[in-house]
Amino acid sequence: MRGATPYLLAAIGLALFLGVWEAVPRLGLLPPTLLPAPSQLPAAFLREVKSGIWGDSVLFSLWHYAIGLACGTACGIVLGIATGMYRPFDWALAWIVRVLRPIPGLAWVPFAILWFGIDQTAAVFIIAIGCFWIVFFAAQGAIRGVDRDLIEVAEAFGFKSGPEKLVKVLFPAALPGMLVGVRTALGQAWMAVVASELFGVSGLGQRMQQASSLLATDIVVVYMLTMAALYGLVDTAFVFLQSRLLAWKA
Amino acid sequence: MQSVIAIEGLGIAFEQGGVRTEVLRGLDLKIAPGEFVAIVGPSGVGKSTLLRVLIGLATPSAGTVRLNPDVKADRAMALVFQDSRLLPWRRILSNVCFGLEKTQLTRLERRERALAALAGVGLRDVAARFPHQLSGGQRQRVALARALAVRPAILLMDEPFSALDVQTREALQDELIRVQSASGQTVLFVTHDIDEAVYLADRVVALGGRPGEVKISLDINVPHPRRRDDVALRHSAAQIRDVLFAETIVREDWVI
Repeated sequence: MRGATPYLLAAIGLALFLGVWEAVPRLGLLPPTLLPAPSQLPAAFLREVKSGIWGDSVLFSLWHYAIGLACGTACGIVLGIATGMYRPFDWALAWIVRVLRPIPGLAWVPFAILWFGIDQTAAVFIIAIGCFWIVFFAAQGAIRGVDRDLIEVAEAFGFKSGPEKLVKVLFPAALPGMLVGVRTALGQAWMAVVASELFGVSGLGQRMQQASSLLATDIVVVYMLTMAALYGLVDTAFVFLQSRLLAWKA
Repeated sequence: MQSVIAIEGLGIAFEQGGVRTEVLRGLDLKIAPGEFVAIVGPSGVGKSTLLRVLIGLATPSAGTVRLNPDVKADRAMALVFQDSRLLPWRRILSNVCFGLEKTQLTRLERRERALAALAGVGLRDVAARFPHQLSGGQRQRVALARALAVRPAILLMDEPFSALDVQTREALQDELIRVQSASGQTVLFVTHDIDEAVYLADRVVALGGRPGEVKISLDINVPHPRRRDDVALRHSAAQIRDVLFAETIVREDWVI
């Protein structure tokens, strides 16, 4: 009984949500252009798929997402580890970090356009910035939090240089903390995808922008749900990978 | 016979907030090949710090430490810590390989040697497990195997059994004696437990005072296997206790 109950309640909750959503435009409480009924969505979705726009948008956005996430995460991990390991490096970067950190990804759009044009690179750049800070601080904190005792084990067995300690102890010990940051970045990057495509780079964000300017709200919702589904897939895959990498945890 | 290690006039001091604290002063110690030396003394007398200096985790403020270059060993020293300090993300076999990764051995040779070391402490069958799946006593035996695997000239042990329950501790003491007599491993063993020191060692060096100095050095001429209630051992323990206890009373008087 206990086993099935959570799923049953989840299904009931979802059904109620969809029911209310369907009822509001049907009862005329809101015009369908302001809130498309869920029953309209499959048709809108099929139209988008048949025209090929859906597939192209998804591919473009996934591409931006993957490259932006990879670049932002890699830079964040490298700089996070470096500042975590070497205090002087951290001091040198401290005020640069304080100046740049609070600037939201969206604020970089004008520069992204000026530097890269209305181009995929610009979108990748904005996504990478969105991920970078999260991973940077997670990696720095994780490296600093590594148990001193374990670092001593490395030293006692002759691994005395920074790179040796990093490979033997610091990186594996800090990995769980870094992965928490990467997982947060997985979500953050999807938000950045929409922002980065609003100004005309092809993808889900651009298509949403077009649809909303035509008041095709059903299409907007189709893309919102598309993004939710993509995030769900990526996050599930990541959690699986994470559990594999951290199999040693109790 | 020539000693494996000769420590002469060793002094250890720390500087913290402009205040210099002398931990250890004028320590002379020679250890012969295959000898099991135990160092006892109250907390804060610099026992653990001495091991940290020898393994290279801290630097001495005075004196010299000389290793006999004729002694054949892959590594000068290896240390077993009070807590096992296994790396939680490595399986047991890989943990035992850890120190060997600093050597020129191939992957296969490392594996062979680690397996042999694990078998030496009777834990070959847990090679594929993770540290959190083992008991405290098993983890400490793995830590011993990790240190022995690098074939050190001197095995340093820093109160390695003090965090274990009595039964496990006594089992591991016997295990250590068995491994040590079988291999002829030179051991420098630090403990605050005088009975443990007397039971295990060929020679017990008692440190006392602030800064710590050698108060008594006693040969324990009782062959293994020993009985824990052996009269000669009890007598030696009492002798060490007398020296260290007198020390404590004097110090407390002085504090008041």
